[in-house]
Order: sequence, then structure tokens, then C-alpha cells
Amino acid sequence: MKTTQTVTVGDGSPAGGTAATASVPPARGPRRGSGSRRERATRWAAAGFAAPLLAYLVAFYAIPLYRNIELSVHDYTTRAFVQGNAEYVGLANYVDVIRSDTFTTALVNTGLFVAVSILFQYSIGLGLAVFFRQNFRLSGLLRGMFLIPWLLPMIVSASTWSWMLNSDSGIVNSVLQAFHIGQINWLTSPDTALASVIIANIWLGIPFNLVILYSGLQNIPVDVYEAASLDGASGWQKFRLITFPLLRPVSGITILLGLIYTLKVVDVIWIMTTGGPGDASTTLAVWSYREAFGTGQPDFSPAAAVGNLLILIALVFGFVYLRMQRHQEES
Amino acid sequence: MTGPREWWKTALGVVFTALMLFPVYWMVNVSLTKTSDMRADPPHWFPWDPTLEGYTAVFSEQLPNLGTSLLIALGTVALTLLIAAPAAYALAQLHLRGAGTLNFVLLVAQMIPGVIMAMGFYSMYIRLGWLNSIWGLVIADSTVAVPFGVLLLTTFMAGIQKELLQAATIDGAGPWRTFRSIVLPISRNSLITVSLFAFLWAWSDFIFASTLNRNGDLIPITLGIYTYIGNNTTQWNSIMATAAVASIPAAVLLVIAQRYVAAGVTAGAVKD
Repeated sequence: MKTTQTVTVGDGSPAGGTAATASVPPARGPRRGSGSRRERATRWAAAGFAAPLLAYLVAFYAIPLYRNIELSVHDYTTRAFVQGNAEYVGLANYVDVIRSDTFTTALVNTGLFVAVSILFQYSIGLGLAVFFRQNFRLSGLLRGMFLIPWLLPMIVSASTWSWMLNSDSGIVNSVLQAFHIGQINWLTSPDTALASVIIANIWLGIPFNLVILYSGLQNIPVDVYEAASLDGASGWQKFRLITFPLLRPVSGITILLGLIYTLKVVDVIWIMTTGGPGDASTTLAVWSYREAFGTGQPDFSPAAAVGNLLILIALVFGFVYLRMQRHQEES
Repeated sequence: MTGPREWWKTALGVVFTALMLFPVYWMVNVSLTKTSDMRADPPHWFPWDPTLEGYTAVFSEQLPNLGTSLLIALGTVALTLLIAAPAAYALAQLHLRGAGTLNFVLLVAQMIPGVIMAMGFYSMYIRLGWLNSIWGLVIADSTVAVPFGVLLLTTFMAGIQKELLQAATIDGAGPWRTFRSIVLPISRNSLITVSLFAFLWAWSDFIFASTLNRNGDLIPITLGIYTYIGNNTTQWNSIMATAAVASIPAAVLLVIAQRYVAAGVTAGAVKD
């Protein structure tokens, strides 16, 4: 594995500024037995270059995550939070959370939010990617403009959607009125609150799907299509028999990344409905946020328990993603 | 293929783009609407009688918040590059031991929901006294960008020709010199891509801002908009004007760096 490695010269001081001690220039190609000292030096250099990252990961990933687990097995009040004398309660918070009425609602809402969002983001993104794949004037520019919504701060998009979906003077209801559809209380009715945040979230996710699927399409060789054209395949046949099957690995990864991202979403929902009315648009992530930061009285322990359950779900999809990616690299 | 067919497609493309960008247009439209016209039914489709009162409000009330956001975003870019670039070099070229494990950890790190990180940081910061501080937010925001940055830069740096680095070695350059004078300049484009994303993520962050910096004197612009929504719901032109101003970095970056954006998304998702 290491037979062809480039051996760099150094005195072994990790990432130090004076690492350039003169040394015998390496012969062309790997020489047996000559590498051990230099290999060791390289190893030290590698460790030195990676050390800041390792320290960073411990301090700003491992410790916060550890604190989160600690929160979830204690009974933390705001005062105990500062004084650090919370009572150990084991898995009681988890039991409470799962038994609570909100749990089923949040779980179902999370499922709907994720599934419906991804279904539409993906199919609209794919349709647009196929459309923009064709060469026509301005196609590059227009495709570029599709990125704008995705780059806007979430608070901007979410508050714009809130105003558009406003019951009395929102543009959406005004347009619907032209089609003789009566006023819909998008954000304030329990029947439509979830749909509203899903619509906004679909809009937010289209650019991402478009970009990835478009790049996937570009990797499909043109001559496959030319051959199909010679055989007299129609546009739809080409899509069904060539584009879709050849795009499958990219599609899989797009959807799985979408799953992981969508599970995490808090801001759109929180800004538009704060998870309400009632629990109507509360997902697991929003629930966790609300318990910890959304009310005047923070309740960190159940919030952390919900959060940890969410990590578990995200990790399941995450591992599927990793497997798929490895599978794809092998083939 | 040219002629009428192409025109038809361009027209369709324009319609799709217009539909997609309608909310953005609407934001600008509302930002220019007078408060008295705000509740008009049906709403005005165009700012016939535009007002700049919303923008006046932004510049009189939100200017410090824009500055805070800029500071946080630039800090996040700096911290991200400082951590990610050397680590990526170690992973890509220096045969770091445990590289596989580290890559795995970085992928998993990207899957952890922001809410959970926010809670962890809150409980850490409350003890360290870092709540409501700019560096506290810089660190929290960088947790989104660092794993992404390392993975993207590793992919790029792995593609650097071995001969080039070997030549530097022959000239007597140590790993640090090689990194500074060869690897970094060559990686310029991917460093720009990472900076771009780190900047945008930090600039638009809401979760960390709303949990770790809610009572500070200096709040980021996203929180500025959020408190607007809570405080005076009639001032939608001010809210939308602030939103429009807060979107400017994204718009500017998109124009300047369109290809980097596309490269970043793809590199973050599909390795090929």
C-alpha cells in the first residue's frame, strides 16, 4: 500500500515553520529500506497537520454531544444547569418523551414532512434537470438563477413564505380567489399548517436536487442517446430506459442526502408556524428546539432526549448513505 | 438544433425560472410597498407607488446587526480554513494514520442535527461564559463548515500531482513549506469554494444565533429579522427590506462565483 508513496523530507517537527532541514534527495522511484526514517518523519508531519482538526473535533463535537447525552439522563432545570447538580434519572426522560402525546404527532409529522418534501423536491428537480440538459439559448443563465432560493438565508425565505401565505392579504389566497377558491388559513389552521411548511420546504430543496441531478445527467454519455434515437426511441422511452436507470446511483444519493437534511430542519418550520397551531406542524427537530429554547422555561432534559432519538434516526439513514457511496465507488 | 423549437424552450425556461423566483420578487415588491397599502386586497402586483421607508428602517436599525453578521461570517471562514486546509493535506498527501476513521467521523458529523449541537454548545457556553459572544457563534457556525471543508479539500488535494510535491522535496522543502508554497496556491479554487459555503452558512445561520446569542448587544442580522417579525407584524415592508438586504451577500456571491457554487454542492454530495 505504501510502496509508491512520496517521501517528504522534514525534521519531524509537526507543522512547524522550520521543518526544512536539508537531506539527501530521494532517488527516482521508491527505494527499498530507505524510507523508514523519512517515513516516520512524514507520519509526524501528517499528525501535526491533522492535530488542529482532531483537537477541534474533540472540543466542539465530542464534548457538546457528550453533554447532550448527559442532559438526557439527568433532570436539568435552568438552575441545575448553572449549578451543575442535576439529579440522575436514567432513561426516565426517554420514557416520558415516548409516552407523551406529542411523540406520535411529531413522529407522523416528521415522516410526512420528510417524505412529501423529498418526493416533490426530487421529481421537480429531476424534471428541471432533464429540461435544462437540452441546449437552448439562456439555459445556463436560467439554471444559475435557480440557485438563488437555495442561497438565501432561511429566515428570508421563511418569512417571505409566511407573508405570501398570509390569510387576509397574502398573494397565494388572492390568486386562489381568482379561481374561486375561498380563503385558506394556511398557517393558522391545523389542517393546512403542515402543508404550508412542506410547500416552502419543497421550494427550498429544488435547487439542491437540480444541481446534483444535472451533474449526474452530464455523466451519461451522449452516444447512448444517439444510439437510441437511431433505434427510433421516443423522448419518453429515452427517459424511462436510459436516463432514469443510469441516473439511479446519483438519485439514490440525492434522496438520502435529502432525507438527512430534511430530518434536521427546524428554522423553516419554526419561523413560519413555531410548530403550531398546537402540535399540527411539530416535527421531532422542532419539538426538541421548542422544549429547549422555544418557551420561556427551558426544559433541556426532554429536549436532549428527543434530540438523541433524532440522531439515531439520522444515523440509520446516514449509514445507508455511506454504504451506497462505498458501493458506488467500487463499481 | 436551432430555429423556432429553441425559442419555445427558452420561453418555457423563462416561465419556470419566473415561477421559481416569484417569492424573491415578492420579497422585493413588499419591501417597497407602503404600510398603508400592505393590507390591500387584492395585493399590488407591482410597486406602483414605491416607498423606501422599509429600507430607511433597515439602515437606521439593522446596520450594527449586518456588521455583526459580517464579522461572524468572516471569522467562520478563517477558522474553517485554518482547521480544514492542513488536515485535508494530511489526509490527501501525507498518508495520515487512521485516515479512514477520520473520514468516517467527518461524514457522521455532517449528519448531526443543528438543534442537538445547539443544546450541547449552550450547556458548554453557559459554563464558559461564551453565550452572546461573537467567537461563540463563530465556533458553532464553523461546525457546519469544517467537515464539509475537510472532505472537499481532501478530494481536491488528492488530485495534486505527486511529481510536483516530489520536486519541492528535492529542492529541500519540508512538509510545511510544501504546503504553504505549493499545495495552498494550487488549491485556490477549492479554498474559495469552501470559503464561500462557510460564509453563506454562517451568514444565514438562524439556529445557533437564536440559541447562543439571543440576549447579546450584538446580534446577527438573521436574529434582527426574527425579532422584527415578533415585535411589529405590521411593518412587513421593513421586514422584507431587511430580508432583501440580508440576501445581498448571497446574490453577490452567486454572480461572482457561480461555478464554485455548483462545484461545491456536487463535491459535497457525489464523489467521482
